Amino acid sequence: MSARFKAGDRVRVRVGAPPGHFRTPTYIQGKVGAVERLHGDYRNPESLAYGGDGLPKRPLYLVRFPQSHLWRTYAGAAQDQLLMDIFEHWLEPA
Amino acid sequence: MREDHHDKPHAPDHPMTEFEWRVDAVQALLIEKGILTADEIRRAVEEMDARMPAQGARVVARAWVDPAFKARLLADAKATISELGITVGFDATIVAVENTEKVHHAVVCTLCSCYPRGLLGYPPDWYKSLNYRSRVVVEPRSVLREFGLELPPDVEVRVLDSTADMRYLVIPMRPAGTEGMSEEKLADLVTRDSMIGVAQAHTPALR
Amino acid sequence: MTRVHDRGGWPGAGPINKAEHDLSWWEKRTDAIATLLMSPEKRVMRVDELRRAIEDMEPARYEQCKYYEKWLHAIETIVVEKGVLTREEIDRKVRELEAHG
Repeated sequence: MSARFKAGDRVRVRVGAPPGHFRTPTYIQGKVGAVERLHGDYRNPESLAYGGDGLPKRPLYLVRFPQSHLWRTYAGAAQDQLLMDIFEHWLEPA
Repeated sequence: MREDHHDKPHAPDHPMTEFEWRVDAVQALLIEKGILTADEIRRAVEEMDARMPAQGARVVARAWVDPAFKARLLADAKATISELGITVGFDATIVAVENTEKVHHAVVCTLCSCYPRGLLGYPPDWYKSLNYRSRVVVEPRSVLREFGLELPPDVEVRVLDSTADMRYLVIPMRPAGTEGMSEEKLADLVTRDSMIGVAQAHTPALR
Repeated sequence: MTRVHDRGGWPGAGPINKAEHDLSWWEKRTDAIATLLMSPEKRVMRVDELRRAIEDMEPARYEQCKYYEKWLHAIETIVVEKGVLTREEIDRKVRELEAHG
């Protein structure tokens, strides 16, 4: 599967509450960040969790978010970041 | 032959709990059904016991003295770690990240407890705790302060939430005053907590 | 609505208890059993299934159970789900061991 995004691209995390297992925490949903790197293609945990084979593999990215954009009362430094591994199907261009 | 709860190094010094009976029961049944053997279980316990922060410390010490090794480590941690004769184990992908004067990393798994156990062994209880998982992403500097680490405001704190297959290993900064130290002595300065990112490596004066 | 395992930014979280404990022989064996079941050689369970089973615990149990109690719960759930063991035979074996020591 060819990757849609590359390092530096601005992306927004989709908002969703699928009925089953998924690995996109609520606190990051709807937030805008930048792709830090592409990890490669990995099996989808949402299918693996129920005995599925998780195929086709999908691109998985390390995405970086300014902490001040995640938390209204963030008390750290302005340049602090939160990084998380997110699957492509949870991302859209921002 | 009962090989379940008698098959252990020490007799229980307490009344058995429900959990312990259930472990013994599940183990006995899985062995009866031929899914696992007592030997396999014993070996798996020994393998995990053999993994410990000292392994990670060797990797960090080598990275400190050998820039080419560090570059390879940052590009492909598992392959580079194997250069030291350390086998990381089948699960997950270890990714090394580097702390510098300007950037400090701390690692968490807010959704469960993902940890580079294939290298460092069992994670500490606090890493798996609800409070660590809740707070380190939203107030990392306050959490680090609780661990005794105060970072200057011009340092960028990067919290890594391990939501997928990657297991992040922090390469702490090489402390000042360690020039000319042997790799072995350098490894002694590297703590488990510094490889999670809630502490710096020790300075020589501390040891 | 945030599920109980989705802990990032959970309100009301307090100081971090840094006390550590050595794993008991039973906790280590729970870890080993799960690891073996998830190994490429056995492939009885995936880590994603282990996680899913833990996440599906009743929220109060999730918050109160100890770490390896949750792993054992997940192991039991998945092996029963896959027909490797039945719930009845696990419960029967537990009672048998409790009775005869």
